[in-house]
Amino acid sequence: MFAIMKRDFRSYFNSPIAYVVIGLFMFILALFFNDGLATGSSDFIGDFVGTMSFLLMFFVPILTMKSVAEEKKNGTEVLLLTSPARITEIVAGKFLAAFCVFLVMTAFSLIFPIILIITGKPDVPLILCSYLGFILYGAVFVSVGVFASSLTENQIVAAVIGFVSLFGLTAINFVASFFSGFLNKAFLWLSINDRYSDFGAGIIDITSIIFMLSFTVLFNFFTVRVLERKRWSQG
Amino acid sequence: MIEIQNLTKEYGKIKAVNDISFTVEKGEILGFLGPNGAGKSTTMNILTGYISSTSGTVKVAGYDILEDPVEVKKRIGYLPEQPPLYMDMTVNEYLNFCADLKSVPHKEWKSQKKDIMELVKISHVSHRLIKNLSKGYKQRVGLAQALIGTPDVLILDEPTVGLDPKQIIEIRKLIKALGKNHTIILSTHILPEVSAVCDRVVIINKGKIAAIDTPDNLSKMLSDFSRFTVTVAGPENKVKDILSHLYGVKYLETSGKLRDDEYSYIIEADKDVDVRKPMFNQLAQHGFPILELKSLNLSLEEIFIQLTTNEEKEAK
Repeated sequence: MFAIMKRDFRSYFNSPIAYVVIGLFMFILALFFNDGLATGSSDFIGDFVGTMSFLLMFFVPILTMKSVAEEKKNGTEVLLLTSPARITEIVAGKFLAAFCVFLVMTAFSLIFPIILIITGKPDVPLILCSYLGFILYGAVFVSVGVFASSLTENQIVAAVIGFVSLFGLTAINFVASFFSGFLNKAFLWLSINDRYSDFGAGIIDITSIIFMLSFTVLFNFFTVRVLERKRWSQG
Repeated sequence: MIEIQNLTKEYGKIKAVNDISFTVEKGEILGFLGPNGAGKSTTMNILTGYISSTSGTVKVAGYDILEDPVEVKKRIGYLPEQPPLYMDMTVNEYLNFCADLKSVPHKEWKSQKKDIMELVKISHVSHRLIKNLSKGYKQRVGLAQALIGTPDVLILDEPTVGLDPKQIIEIRKLIKALGKNHTIILSTHILPEVSAVCDRVVIINKGKIAAIDTPDNLSKMLSDFSRFTVTVAGPENKVKDILSHLYGVKYLETSGKLRDDEYSYIIEADKDVDVRKPMFNQLAQHGFPILELKSLNLSLEEIFIQLTTNEEKEAK
């Protein structure tokens, strides 16, 4: 598992992908930060972290698009699947590698709260709480991205599938607004965005943490199934 | 070492592999021969646990590939048709990664890596990026990968494809040398390769086994007469007359005219009669010199074509 994680993590930084994703993410974030400071918002940190999560919808699929798809395309999937490593270990390694790149990206974004701390008096616990939420939110997104990448050997297709899935995922609370009663509640319960905004509001709810972690595990499990299915394929 | 029983793989209605059974002894080099699309790669992919079979069992060192896949995979080094290389890594990094993946202990790995790199002669390219290597070197790196962790069994899918003649000879020598310590299954559609390196041959066609034997036996089994071609200077009808009256000659045919009064003939004779000496004497007496004499044992090519075309007739 760690062999794959190490290799993948390095490979992200050996190719331009990690630099492009992190660079662009920081650039756009800086624009929002600047803009947010200039206009002055009552809930600046909430808005800022909201922007970050919105950007993830675009950047995570680009980051993860090659994760499994590239292995399929280059025929290196055979190497992994015929090695003594179990499929769960392979998927865990792939997920953790992409997740670590995401963590690096998150670490870079800390510069903005640090600027705030230096220049003003922001609510530090709220920042920490938001970041906890952001990291969990990112874990879900990365697992969805890796799953999308396992569905195809074309990286562009993987990115598009990833984006559409994440868009669908974040649109759940919008869908919920069409319904009332039980369905409304069900959709809201599923809504990862609602749970995320709780963190942004400074609420650490243990069920939300478990919910996000379960989501991550679920999509990694889907990826395992996809790789296993190939083995059993009859068509 | 390897037991394969009634192995079948279906893709929809197509049977890519149809009820194959054979065993491979420890230390044996088994050639897996067949035309393109015969099911060689599919069989190898099943053996290595990359895909599953529809039915049938595969056992390596007593472990079933479905029940103990990890134990089986530990014992197999696999070089697929397309070497599974990461283009953005150096040879060194790649081999280190593979050793990690196969959980080779760090202490052992250092000396093992040196040995393997020397064996396949890639020490001098160890710091180069794999994408910048030539096809022959990529193949060797792929082979090095299969050797990591000193697996008991090596499965090599067309290991010499795309190499230049010199490299082919080197790789064959290497495989032959590896056969001393490993059990090897080698697939190919190049026939001389089989006679050059293999102890036993499995000929497979359309997913079924057409023959299993040693290359020599296959050659003998299918020919019940000796055949040779002879080129003689002299008028065709007279030479033919002499040749056809030799004791033991069963069949005679003019196979080509080289120039005026120089013809080549194909002769088939009884297995136990050597017609070559009387032939020489007779022709010399009449003043027709022999320009060329070559025996035509049934080559693997012919065996192969015979076996695979017979199958087709049966199928029809």
